[in-house]
Amino acid sequence: MTQTDFVKLVMPFKDKVFRLAKRLLVSNEEAEDATQEILMKLWTNKKQIEAYKNVEAFSMTMTKNFCLDRLKSKQAQNLKIVHSNYQDNNASLQKQLELNDSVDWVSKIIEQLPEQQKIILQLRDIEQYDFEEIAEMLDMNQTAIRVALSRARKTIREQLTNTHSYGIK
Amino acid sequence: MVLNKIEHLLEKYDNGETTLKEEQQLRAYFAQNDVAPHLESYRVMFQYFANTKQEQFTKDVPLQTKKYTLYKWISVAAVAVLMMTAYFQMNQKTTLADLNHDELMAYNETVRALNLVSSKLNQGATSLSVLDFASNQFEKGEEQFNQMSEFSKTANKIFKNK
Repeated sequence: MTQTDFVKLVMPFKDKVFRLAKRLLVSNEEAEDATQEILMKLWTNKKQIEAYKNVEAFSMTMTKNFCLDRLKSKQAQNLKIVHSNYQDNNASLQKQLELNDSVDWVSKIIEQLPEQQKIILQLRDIEQYDFEEIAEMLDMNQTAIRVALSRARKTIREQLTNTHSYGIK
Repeated sequence: MVLNKIEHLLEKYDNGETTLKEEQQLRAYFAQNDVAPHLESYRVMFQYFANTKQEQFTKDVPLQTKKYTLYKWISVAAVAVLMMTAYFQMNQKTTLADLNHDELMAYNETVRALNLVSSKLNQGATSLSVLDFASNQFEKGEEQFNQMSEFSKTANKIFKNK
């Protein structure tokens, strides 16, 4: 496999990998590093990749596992502390900004969701994979995915309604 | 689109039961400007999803490494082969069996010429042996002469003493 072949193969889903990484790792730089790492891993294992039927699903699974590992690792824990400190200190200011921009508020709500719901919501509502593909990527059955997705969607809407009293009028 | 239908779809959506096609309809509905006010929270969600999908990975990924190590090893191998061939070329010994007909002829001619030269040299050496003999005789004569002069010395001493 030459470099051009590889780029052609990877092009359609590299943004999806990046967005999933960003969903899980929050920070833009972390997500970029993770994506770079994943693509490098794919490149070094390009011989095996050719044997896979669905490289995209495989890469998404890899991304999920890699990011969850990152979150567990020490570096990421440090990152989390910094992040929450930041939130605590500027809570009131941030809330004001978020009230102004309710679309950004959605991402804050998603951040609070459990990891699995985040991943499923990302794959379904943003990347628009069908349930069969998601089941393959996450090694879960479709019913469990539907349940988690329903919970995530309901939580987001509940929070939005509570904060902004949307839909009450 | 009828609001009733949208509301029905949203209920299914909340339960995670919509198909991709139905979700596409919802997206299309919320992408337009006049959304029913009580559905505003959904509009915010769908707008966020649409925005997020625009995000792209722009960083470059360095993909080389393997190719270059291959070239490096090829050059190392080439140098090794060159040195080996040079070494064997220097060490090669030619024997008579390796020569072809013409070369063998030339070799024989040379040997014969050299033999001729050496035989002539030997002849010269035999004539030199005469000179050798002569010089031997001279040495003998010189010895006798020395004895004579010794004799005369002692004779003079005797005469002087008298």
